Amino acid sequence: MIPYLTRRLLGFALSAWVAALAVFVVLDVVPGDPALLILGTEAQPDTLAALRTQMGLERPAAERFVRWSGGLLRGDFGVSHTYNRPVADLVAERLAVTLPLALLALALAVAAGVPLGVWAAARRGGFADGAVRGFGRLGVAVPNFWIAMLLVWVFSVSLGWLPAGGFPGWAAGVGPALAALILPAVALALPEAAILVRLTRAAVLDTLREDYVRTATAKGVRRGAVLRRHVLPNALIPITTLVGLQFGFLVAGVVVVENVCTLPGLGRLLTQAIGQRDVTVVQGVVLLLAVLVMGVSALVDALHAVIDPRPRRPA
Amino acid sequence: MGGMGKAMVAAAALMLAALPGAGWAAEARTGLVVGMQLEPPHLDPTAGAAGAIDEVTYANLFEPLTRIDAAGAVVPGLAERWSVSDDGLTYTFTLRPGARFHDGSVCDSADVKFTLDRARGPNSVNAQKAYFAAIDRVETPDPRTVVVTLSRPDGLFLFHMGQGDAVIVAPETADTNKQKPVGTGPFKLERWAAGDRVELVRNPDYDGPKPALERVTFRFISDPAAQVASLLSGDVDTFPQFGTYEALDQFRKDSRFAVLDGSSEGETLLVINNARKPFDDVRVRRAIGHAIDRATLIDGAMFGTAKPIGSHFPPHRPEYVDLTGLSAYDPAKARALLAEAGYKDGFEAVLRLPPPIYARRSGELIAAMLAEVGIRLRIENVEWAAWLERTFKGRDFDLTLVAHTEPLDIGIYARPDYYFNYRSDRFNAAEDELSRTLDPARRVALLQQEQRIVAEDAVNGFLFQLPVVTVQKAGVTGMWPNRPLQANDVTGVSWK
Repeated sequence: MIPYLTRRLLGFALSAWVAALAVFVVLDVVPGDPALLILGTEAQPDTLAALRTQMGLERPAAERFVRWSGGLLRGDFGVSHTYNRPVADLVAERLAVTLPLALLALALAVAAGVPLGVWAAARRGGFADGAVRGFGRLGVAVPNFWIAMLLVWVFSVSLGWLPAGGFPGWAAGVGPALAALILPAVALALPEAAILVRLTRAAVLDTLREDYVRTATAKGVRRGAVLRRHVLPNALIPITTLVGLQFGFLVAGVVVVENVCTLPGLGRLLTQAIGQRDVTVVQGVVLLLAVLVMGVSALVDALHAVIDPRPRRPA
Repeated sequence: MGGMGKAMVAAAALMLAALPGAGWAAEARTGLVVGMQLEPPHLDPTAGAAGAIDEVTYANLFEPLTRIDAAGAVVPGLAERWSVSDDGLTYTFTLRPGARFHDGSVCDSADVKFTLDRARGPNSVNAQKAYFAAIDRVETPDPRTVVVTLSRPDGLFLFHMGQGDAVIVAPETADTNKQKPVGTGPFKLERWAAGDRVELVRNPDYDGPKPALERVTFRFISDPAAQVASLLSGDVDTFPQFGTYEALDQFRKDSRFAVLDGSSEGETLLVINNARKPFDDVRVRRAIGHAIDRATLIDGAMFGTAKPIGSHFPPHRPEYVDLTGLSAYDPAKARALLAEAGYKDGFEAVLRLPPPIYARRSGELIAAMLAEVGIRLRIENVEWAAWLERTFKGRDFDLTLVAHTEPLDIGIYARPDYYFNYRSDRFNAAEDELSRTLDPARRVALLQQEQRIVAEDAVNGFLFQLPVVTVQKAGVTGMWPNRPLQANDVTGVSWK
């Protein structure tokens, strides 16, 4: 078990580092001098040179990357050119917005999508099934930033119940912070829930056709019990796989929705840092996102082992 | 975002704009929430060109020696008065006796000397180092007196000393001002929630007149639909430089809002690479001018909010001359000029557009207008970083479209290495004289002569002055309608 975990962790670190290297190379090759961005169109050549030296940009690219990588081993993610603050601080600050947002969205999506899918499958062909499938189609088709704008229109502009955007910070209290996160979370959750509904419904219907389900039904086990004991546990495998895969999409969705709802999260930090050519920040965020997405896929693998005992048995 | 996405954003903005607002929070009338499109990267105006830095800090947190008022005039700042020697080389400033930094320390002549020497020193990273280039030495005969001696006369010296890049900082705090700004202004920093807002509170120890506002919050809202929603939902009190022009009509018709139409220092130009063929021929450049229908352009791209210009000068300044007639819309004349220059069948060129919405929209319309006279443009959209690197610094372009927002910056036409690649002995002579001239009447004449020279040479396509539209709640008074420099000076703002 320990060597397995070590291997896995090393694999993580290596993949994340390669992702950061790719980001570094791309941002180094595309035009855009960060010092010029800071000083603007009136910059004097000597001022520009002074700033480039101060920022360490005059050093060769390879040296800059090695220096940054070395810092990583000591837990130092470098200092942002634009904000003049340690990247670790910036990322931690933004993670306090993005992580609750993503988790809230994921929880909402699972809480709505899975029961609705099971319910629709159990009433296959009925009105409820039709309604749920309609929701599924609509939810998949409508982009989340559009849903975010609609929600703001209804709940902030018309009803005045919730703020139209921004984030007061957790220091302002849990209530105001959650009030700022709920609309974007719902906007992110709806498309995810729609996909989950479709997949859950299909998975449950597939499992219902299995021999062991027919056997259980033939033995006189009641319908509810069949669903609970035999159908759901088996349908959960494709569902957890999808939730894991969706996490990556969710992170991408967060980037867009954070911009629409002006939430100061990782996604907005990332888009701004790319625009500013703030390589250290982009590398730090990409590293973190890579680890997050890979971590979730590892978690899904672990969950499978719990749900489905077969792979654990010695061959 | 694809075309579909853009259409949806526009539709959502319209829907939001069409909705009656509700949920107006009962606001304490001593607080103000100012909406801004971009967040400043940091809060030190002496260490960056980003306009957003000055928009938060200028006159609110930090003060320069002189100050620029809402009309663009030079008025006292930290220096309550000054005198200039007859040869125009020696400036003697007298500081306000009670000026103190937010940390309680006295602001004296040593701080001023430190600030000016730092900005012009060899390690300076001041974005406007040229403002300080004429300074020969700074002396401090006593704590309240600063004597600045110039190596050559500089007619704009007092104006430049009133800019954000010249605010006075203390040696103890200069290096940490980016995160913890310590100035002498009537407000001090309370909190910066990165990515979301900066909160300022009134400085109880300020030595000048107390502002009416106790608290000012700058909120950063970049998305157009979110800007509209922030006003309609009552989250934001005033939004200067409001960028969603399509929603303006709705706000104009709504009595709960006031819309201030102002002008900025931003000359919007179709920038022409004067060194590149065929643009090195003045007839081709004039043809481009005559092919552009400014009225249609302003209606189409700016929803009618901008003022046309015919040279590199803002119409709101007293020295302005209306030269739009020199490049009046006349496609027949444009075609004739092109034929005369040897391009009877026109030619092809690339028009590179940076991200701002005014540039992208104007660019599309101009490409269509130039096509009418045979100039076929291929549009290339780029982001800022790439624009600065290739177009501005690299000077590798045919045509581009951008607003030049530095105040009183017609002098850039005298720079030999500037990206327009324009060379003119006539202009250089005028600029040389202007830089040495202190007599106000002569300065006006020279500035007007400069405007004529660049218009006659059709250095660029002069399009319109970038508007500053402020949308705000009806009770807010004292916001600057115009923008003689990039600032949100809220020291004179109050609620009716």
